[in-house]
Amino acid sequence: MVKVKDLFKSFGDLAVLKGISFSVTQGEVVCIIGPSGGGKSTLLRCINHLEDPDSGTVEIAGQPVTTGNRGFWKKDRHLNQIRSEVGMVFQRFNLFPHRTALQNVTEGLIAVKKLPRQEAEEIGKKYLDRVGLADKLNEYPSRLSGGQQQRVAIARALAMEPKVMLFDEPTSALDPELVGEVLAVMRDLAENGMTMLAVTHELGFAREVASRILFVDDGQIVESGSPDQVLGNPSQARTANFISKVL
Amino acid sequence: MDLAVVWKYLPVLAKGAVTTVELTALAVVFGTFLGLLIALAAISGSRVLKGCARFYTWLIRGTPLLLQLFVIYYGLPQFGLTLSPFVAAISGLSLNAAAYIAEIIRGAIQSVDKGQMEAARSIGMSNLQALLRIILPQAYRRMIPPLGNEFIALLKDSSLVATISMVDLMRTAQQMYVSTFRPVEIFAATGALYLVLTTFFTLTFGRLERKLAVYE
Repeated sequence: MVKVKDLFKSFGDLAVLKGISFSVTQGEVVCIIGPSGGGKSTLLRCINHLEDPDSGTVEIAGQPVTTGNRGFWKKDRHLNQIRSEVGMVFQRFNLFPHRTALQNVTEGLIAVKKLPRQEAEEIGKKYLDRVGLADKLNEYPSRLSGGQQQRVAIARALAMEPKVMLFDEPTSALDPELVGEVLAVMRDLAENGMTMLAVTHELGFAREVASRILFVDDGQIVESGSPDQVLGNPSQARTANFISKVL
Repeated sequence: MDLAVVWKYLPVLAKGAVTTVELTALAVVFGTFLGLLIALAAISGSRVLKGCARFYTWLIRGTPLLLQLFVIYYGLPQFGLTLSPFVAAISGLSLNAAAYIAEIIRGAIQSVDKGQMEAARSIGMSNLQALLRIILPQAYRRMIPPLGNEFIALLKDSSLVATISMVDLMRTAQQMYVSTFRPVEIFAATGALYLVLTTFFTLTFGRLERKLAVYE
């Protein structure tokens, strides 16, 4: 479903990704863990080209993700199409503050998928219901808690019916008591067969839900394997060191 | 101070005030339109457009409005382009205001959190869609207070067009003062008219600001 090959990315002199390759098959839940600054978020953002990698390729459902021609007006039609099939959930939610919860979810359906408003709202309500916010349709994000905002953000991504969902530290900006409700939604998605790629610090969640864990440090995949393997019996000293600090 | 003199000349002054309002209104419209284009150029990916926008702002903000009006009204005829005082006044005020308005718009757009653009692009919107549907609606509200200031400044600065034989409120006041020799009455009435106009602007923008604050 997702194929990443030889990804390199530098910011100025700082090499953030130093040749990363991996793939995710349909229905797989892959958690990316590792220390801050190790390149996890950049890796995720390169997958839908929110960052342009310096070299390397990304394929989603067999289609190459390319930025293409960099003219201001006509660029990116292909990229927009692919992005609409990749759901992304951000650490800081990034809900549209001038739109209600429902409008946040219908925005992409109306603007990108060109659905009529009524149909978009039906779909929007369905997904907000799925994340447990059927009673908050008309609230503005500023009136919602962090956990509720993140669930709206997940509904916004799901409504586009993506082939894969990317989560960029979805619970890191939340108060501890709100983390559970977001993880519950993610767990529900995983159990229903969604292909997911999540950068997370929630090792407990990763252990329970992930089909595979990638440990990323210093721009490389240091170790990859099943949760039991990577978390329980790491083969690399760096992995063991990280896990002992976090747990 | 003789109030009778004030009352007597108020209608004439009011006529000048109407011209001042016309000038300001047109300069607001043209200046905002041009300012938006300059702001979009300034944030575009193109280095050429960016350079042009920066040069324009540098030139206009770095020279006095009075000089700009003189160049347009007295200077252009030397190149065979003679403008009426009204057209020269509108052009000068609009071109000048555009530079300041562009900075206000650019600042407001850039103050919108970067994550908003990323979220919009991540659901597949184009740059233009994201700008129109997500970024600008949030930027509008932040533009309102500084734009209010800018429009009030523009209204007052429009008095400079009196120097290029445009008969606005200020010019009318000068003429009345010369013919009546009652400076205190005439200038008090003129000041009062300017205050009425600027107060109207202030109240309108205050209301606009509150109206746009729904989602806070």
